[in-house]
Amino acid sequence: MDDDDRVFRALADPTRRLLLDRLFARDGRTLTDLESGLEMTRFGVMKHLKVLEGADLVVARRSGREKLHFLNPVPIRLIHDRWIDKYTERRVAALTELKNQLEEDTA
Amino acid sequence: MTTMAAKTTTATTQVYRVYIKATPEAVWDAITNPDWTDRYGYGGRAQYDLRPGGAYRGLANAGMRAMGAPEVAVDGEVIEADPPRKLVQTWRMVMGEAMAAEGFTRLTYEIEAGKGGVTKLTVVHELEGAPQVALLVSGGMEDQGAGGGWSWVLSGLKTVLETGASLDPLPAAHD
Repeated sequence: MDDDDRVFRALADPTRRLLLDRLFARDGRTLTDLESGLEMTRFGVMKHLKVLEGADLVVARRSGREKLHFLNPVPIRLIHDRWIDKYTERRVAALTELKNQLEEDTA
Repeated sequence: MTTMAAKTTTATTQVYRVYIKATPEAVWDAITNPDWTDRYGYGGRAQYDLRPGGAYRGLANAGMRAMGAPEVAVDGEVIEADPPRKLVQTWRMVMGEAMAAEGFTRLTYEIEAGKGGVTKLTVVHELEGAPQVALLVSGGMEDQGAGGGWSWVLSGLKTVLETGASLDPLPAAHD
Protein backbone atom coordinates (compact mmCIF):
# COMPACT_ATOMS: atom_id res chain seq x y z
CA MET A 1 0.00 0.00 0.00
CA ASP A 2 1.49 3.37 -0.90
CA ASP A 3 1.14 6.67 0.99
CA ASP A 4 -1.88 7.89 -0.99
CA ASP A 5 -3.66 4.55 -0.44
CA ARG A 6 -3.17 4.89 3.29
CA VAL A 7 -4.58 8.44 3.25
CA PHE A 8 -7.68 7.46 1.27
CA ARG A 9 -8.26 4.38 3.43
CA ALA A 10 -7.92 6.46 6.61
CA LEU A 11 -10.39 9.04 5.27
CA ALA A 12 -12.91 6.40 4.21
CA ASP A 13 -14.47 6.22 7.67
CA PRO A 14 -16.86 8.71 9.29
CA THR A 15 -15.41 8.33 12.80
CA ARG A 16 -11.90 9.04 11.57
CA ARG A 17 -13.12 12.08 9.65
CA LEU A 18 -14.87 13.26 12.81
CA LEU A 19 -11.63 12.89 14.77
CA LEU A 20 -9.81 14.98 12.15
CA ASP A 21 -12.57 17.60 12.32
CA ARG A 22 -12.16 17.75 16.09
CA LEU A 23 -8.43 18.31 15.71
CA PHE A 24 -9.05 20.93 13.05
CA ALA A 25 -11.32 22.79 15.48
CA ARG A 26 -8.68 22.57 18.19
CA ASP A 27 -5.32 20.94 17.74
CA GLY A 28 -3.01 19.15 20.16
CA ARG A 29 -5.49 17.05 22.13
CA THR A 30 -5.20 14.04 24.41
CA LEU A 31 -6.98 10.74 23.80
CA THR A 32 -9.28 11.45 26.77
CA ASP A 33 -10.22 14.80 25.28
CA LEU A 34 -10.75 13.37 21.80
CA GLU A 35 -13.00 10.52 22.94
CA SER A 36 -15.27 12.69 25.09
CA GLY A 37 -18.79 12.75 23.71
CA LEU A 38 -18.10 9.95 21.24
CA GLU A 39 -20.22 6.84 21.54
CA MET A 40 -17.26 4.57 21.27
CA THR A 41 -14.92 2.76 23.61
CA ARG A 42 -11.52 4.18 24.38
CA PHE A 43 -10.06 1.18 22.61
CA GLY A 44 -12.12 1.94 19.50
CA VAL A 45 -10.93 5.54 19.40
CA MET A 46 -7.33 4.38 19.89
CA LYS A 47 -7.68 2.02 16.95
CA HIS A 48 -8.95 4.80 14.71
CA LEU A 49 -6.15 7.12 15.85
CA LYS A 50 -3.62 4.41 14.99
CA VAL A 51 -4.94 4.27 11.41
CA LEU A 52 -4.79 8.07 11.19
CA GLU A 53 -1.21 8.02 12.54
CA GLY A 54 -0.30 5.28 10.06
CA ALA A 55 -1.43 7.59 7.26
CA ASP A 56 0.41 10.51 8.90
CA LEU A 57 -2.80 12.50 9.10
CA VAL A 58 -2.26 12.62 12.86
CA VAL A 59 1.11 13.10 14.55
CA ALA A 60 1.34 12.25 18.26
CA ARG A 61 3.89 14.02 20.42
CA ARG A 62 4.75 13.79 24.11
CA SER A 63 4.35 16.90 26.19
CA GLY A 64 5.38 16.16 29.77
CA ARG A 65 3.26 13.19 30.85
CA GLU A 66 0.68 13.70 28.12
CA LYS A 67 0.49 12.39 24.60
CA LEU A 68 -0.97 15.08 22.36
CA HIS A 69 -2.44 14.46 18.93
CA PHE A 70 -1.95 16.97 16.13
CA LEU A 71 -3.65 17.17 12.76
CA ASN A 72 -1.08 16.90 9.97
CA PRO A 73 -2.62 18.27 6.76
CA VAL A 74 0.49 17.68 4.62
CA PRO A 75 -0.61 14.30 3.12
CA ILE A 76 -3.86 15.90 1.94
CA ARG A 77 -1.91 18.84 0.56
CA LEU A 78 0.35 16.47 -1.37
CA ILE A 79 -2.66 14.83 -2.98
CA HIS A 80 -4.05 18.28 -3.75
CA ASP A 81 -0.82 19.60 -5.24
CA ARG A 82 -0.08 16.48 -7.29
CA TRP A 83 -3.50 15.76 -8.73
CA ILE A 84 -6.21 18.25 -8.12
CA ASP A 85 -4.10 21.27 -8.97
CA LYS A 86 -3.03 19.65 -12.16
CA TYR A 87 -6.32 19.52 -13.97
CA THR A 88 -9.36 20.23 -11.90
CA GLU A 89 -8.82 23.11 -9.54
CA ARG A 90 -10.91 25.63 -11.44
CA ARG A 91 -13.80 23.23 -11.84
CA VAL A 92 -13.57 22.11 -8.22
CA ALA A 93 -13.58 25.74 -7.09
CA ALA A 94 -16.60 26.51 -9.25
CA LEU A 95 -18.49 23.50 -7.93
CA THR A 96 -17.56 24.28 -4.33
CA GLU A 97 -18.82 27.81 -4.84
CA LEU A 98 -22.07 26.54 -6.35
CA LYS A 99 -22.55 24.12 -3.46
CA ASN A 100 -21.98 26.89 -0.90
CA GLN A 101 -24.37 29.15 -2.76
CA LEU A 102 -27.10 26.51 -2.86
CA GLU A 103 -26.64 25.63 0.79
CA GLU A 104 -26.81 29.27 1.78
CA ASP A 105 -30.02 29.71 -0.16
CA THR A 106 -31.68 26.80 1.57
CA ALA A 107 -30.35 27.63 5.04
CA MET B 1 -15.68 22.68 25.44
CA THR B 2 -14.78 23.37 29.04
CA THR B 3 -13.67 19.98 30.28
CA MET B 4 -10.64 19.61 32.53
CA ALA B 5 -8.85 17.76 29.76
CA ALA B 6 -9.38 20.60 27.32
CA LYS B 7 -7.48 23.01 29.56
CA THR B 8 -4.34 20.92 29.48
CA THR B 9 -4.01 20.79 25.71
CA THR B 10 -1.81 22.97 23.56
CA ALA B 11 -3.96 24.69 20.98
CA THR B 12 -1.24 27.09 19.88
CA THR B 13 1.26 24.58 18.53
CA GLN B 14 1.09 23.31 14.96
CA VAL B 15 2.84 20.13 13.85
CA TYR B 16 3.60 19.16 10.25
CA ARG B 17 5.30 16.04 8.95
CA VAL B 18 6.45 14.96 5.52
CA TYR B 19 8.52 12.06 4.19
CA ILE B 20 11.05 12.93 1.50
CA LYS B 21 13.11 10.63 -0.70
CA ALA B 22 16.40 12.42 -0.04
CA THR B 23 19.22 12.30 2.49
CA PRO B 24 18.97 14.19 5.79
CA GLU B 25 21.83 16.38 4.53
CA ALA B 26 19.84 17.33 1.44
CA VAL B 27 16.79 18.18 3.57
CA TRP B 28 18.96 20.28 5.89
CA ASP B 29 20.36 22.09 2.86
CA ALA B 30 16.90 22.71 1.43
CA ILE B 31 15.95 24.47 4.68
CA THR B 32 19.13 26.46 5.32
CA ASN B 33 20.74 27.13 1.93
CA PRO B 34 19.35 30.18 0.08
CA ASP B 35 19.95 28.55 -3.32
CA TRP B 36 17.37 25.96 -2.25
CA THR B 37 14.97 28.12 -0.25
CA ASP B 38 14.26 30.37 -3.23
CA ARG B 39 12.91 27.37 -5.16
CA TYR B 40 9.86 26.37 -3.11
CA GLY B 41 7.18 27.81 -0.85
CA TYR B 42 7.36 31.57 -0.49
CA GLY B 43 10.55 31.49 -2.52
CA GLY B 44 12.66 33.92 -0.53
CA ARG B 45 16.33 33.41 0.22
CA ALA B 46 17.13 32.33 3.79
CA GLN B 47 20.15 33.75 5.60
CA TYR B 48 21.26 31.68 8.57
CA ASP B 49 24.15 32.14 10.95
CA LEU B 50 23.97 28.52 12.09
CA ARG B 51 25.09 28.76 15.72
CA PRO B 52 23.22 29.51 18.96
CA GLY B 53 22.42 33.21 19.00
CA GLY B 54 23.10 33.51 15.26
CA ALA B 55 20.81 35.65 13.16
CA TYR B 56 18.14 34.32 10.81
CA ARG B 57 16.60 36.36 8.03
CA GLY B 58 14.06 35.16 5.51
CA LEU B 59 14.17 37.57 2.58
CA ALA B 60 11.12 38.57 0.59
CA ASN B 61 11.09 37.14 -2.93
CA ALA B 62 11.34 39.33 -6.01
CA GLY B 63 7.59 39.35 -6.58
CA MET B 64 6.90 40.49 -3.03
CA ARG B 65 9.50 43.25 -3.27
CA ALA B 66 8.03 44.40 -6.58
CA MET B 67 4.77 44.85 -4.70
CA GLY B 68 6.45 47.01 -2.09
CA ALA B 69 7.40 44.40 0.50
CA PRO B 70 10.43 45.12 2.69
CA GLU B 71 13.66 43.23 2.00
CA VAL B 72 13.29 41.07 5.11
CA ALA B 73 10.02 39.13 5.46
CA VAL B 74 10.88 37.05 8.52
CA ASP B 75 13.56 37.44 11.16
CA GLY B 76 14.70 35.49 14.19
CA GLU B 77 17.56 33.89 16.03
CA VAL B 78 19.06 30.42 15.94
CA ILE B 79 18.65 28.59 19.26
CA GLU B 80 20.12 25.21 18.33
CA ALA B 81 21.76 24.02 15.12
CA ASP B 82 22.66 20.34 14.93
CA PRO B 83 23.10 19.56 11.22
CA PRO B 84 21.56 17.53 9.71
CA ARG B 85 19.27 16.54 12.59
CA LYS B 86 17.76 19.50 14.36
CA LEU B 87 17.31 23.22 13.96
CA VAL B 88 15.56 25.33 16.60
CA GLN B 89 15.02 29.03 16.06
CA THR B 90 12.79 31.97 16.81
CA TRP B 91 10.67 33.20 13.92
CA ARG B 92 8.90 36.53 13.55
CA MET B 93 6.89 37.63 10.56
CA VAL B 94 7.86 41.25 9.99
CA MET B 95 5.89 41.83 6.79
CA GLY B 96 2.76 43.58 8.04
CA GLU B 97 2.54 45.53 11.27
CA ALA B 98 -0.08 43.40 13.00
CA MET B 99 1.87 40.20 12.52
CA ALA B 100 5.17 41.85 13.46
CA ALA B 101 3.52 43.02 16.68
CA GLU B 102 2.75 39.41 17.61
CA GLY B 103 6.46 38.96 18.12
CA PHE B 104 8.72 35.93 18.04
CA THR B 105 7.39 32.41 17.71
CA ARG B 106 9.46 29.25 18.13
CA LEU B 107 10.15 26.94 15.23
CA THR B 108 11.75 23.49 15.33
CA TYR B 109 12.81 21.34 12.39
CA GLU B 110 13.49 17.66 13.20
CA ILE B 111 15.15 15.57 10.50
CA GLU B 112 15.38 11.79 10.84
CA ALA B 113 16.81 9.27 8.40
CA GLY B 114 14.37 6.43 7.74
CA LYS B 115 14.28 3.22 5.76
CA GLY B 116 14.86 3.08 2.02
CA GLY B 117 16.54 6.46 1.70
CA VAL B 118 13.48 8.29 2.95
CA THR B 119 13.91 11.11 5.45
CA LYS B 120 11.25 12.19 7.93
CA LEU B 121 10.93 15.92 8.41
CA THR B 122 8.80 17.24 11.27
CA VAL B 123 8.10 20.94 11.72
CA VAL B 124 6.82 22.13 15.09
CA HIS B 125 5.71 25.74 15.19
CA GLU B 126 4.87 27.12 18.65
CA LEU B 127 2.58 30.07 18.12
CA GLU B 128 1.55 31.24 21.54
CA GLY B 129 0.25 34.80 21.40
CA ALA B 130 0.45 34.91 17.60
CA PRO B 131 -3.06 34.15 16.28
CA GLN B 132 -2.62 35.95 12.95
CA VAL B 133 0.69 34.29 12.19
CA ALA B 134 -0.92 30.98 13.22
CA LEU B 135 -3.66 31.54 10.65
CA LEU B 136 -1.11 32.46 7.98
CA VAL B 137 1.13 29.43 8.53
CA SER B 138 -1.85 27.08 8.72
CA GLY B 139 -2.76 28.11 5.18
CA GLY B 140 -5.91 29.89 6.35
CA MET B 141 -5.11 32.98 4.28
CA GLU B 142 -4.44 31.18 1.00
CA ASP B 143 -7.57 32.56 -0.67
CA GLN B 144 -6.15 36.05 -0.06
CA GLY B 145 -3.04 35.15 -2.03
CA ALA B 146 -0.94 34.62 1.08
CA GLY B 147 0.25 31.13 0.16
CA GLY B 148 -0.76 27.83 1.70
CA GLY B 149 1.34 27.93 4.85
CA TRP B 150 3.48 25.05 6.11
CA SER B 151 1.69 22.23 4.30
CA TRP B 152 2.16 24.06 1.01
CA VAL B 153 5.79 24.92 1.80
CA LEU B 154 6.61 21.31 2.75
CA SER B 155 4.81 19.93 -0.30
CA GLY B 156 6.97 22.21 -2.45
CA LEU B 157 10.12 21.27 -0.56
CA LYS B 158 9.38 17.56 -1.14
CA THR B 159 8.72 18.14 -4.83
CA VAL B 160 11.86 20.17 -5.45
CA LEU B 161 14.09 17.64 -3.65
CA GLU B 162 12.54 14.58 -5.27
CA THR B 163 12.03 15.86 -8.81
CA GLY B 164 14.13 19.00 -9.10
CA ALA B 165 11.03 20.82 -10.31
CA SER B 166 9.48 23.77 -8.54
CA LEU B 167 5.77 23.99 -7.88
CA ASP B 168 4.21 27.27 -8.85
CA PRO B 169 5.59 30.19 -6.88
CA LEU B 170 3.29 32.15 -4.59
CA PRO B 171 -0.08 31.63 -6.23
CA ALA B 172 -2.27 34.56 -7.06
CA ALA B 173 -5.52 34.96 -5.17
CA HIS B 174 -8.37 33.00 -6.70
CA ASP B 175 -10.61 35.11 -8.82
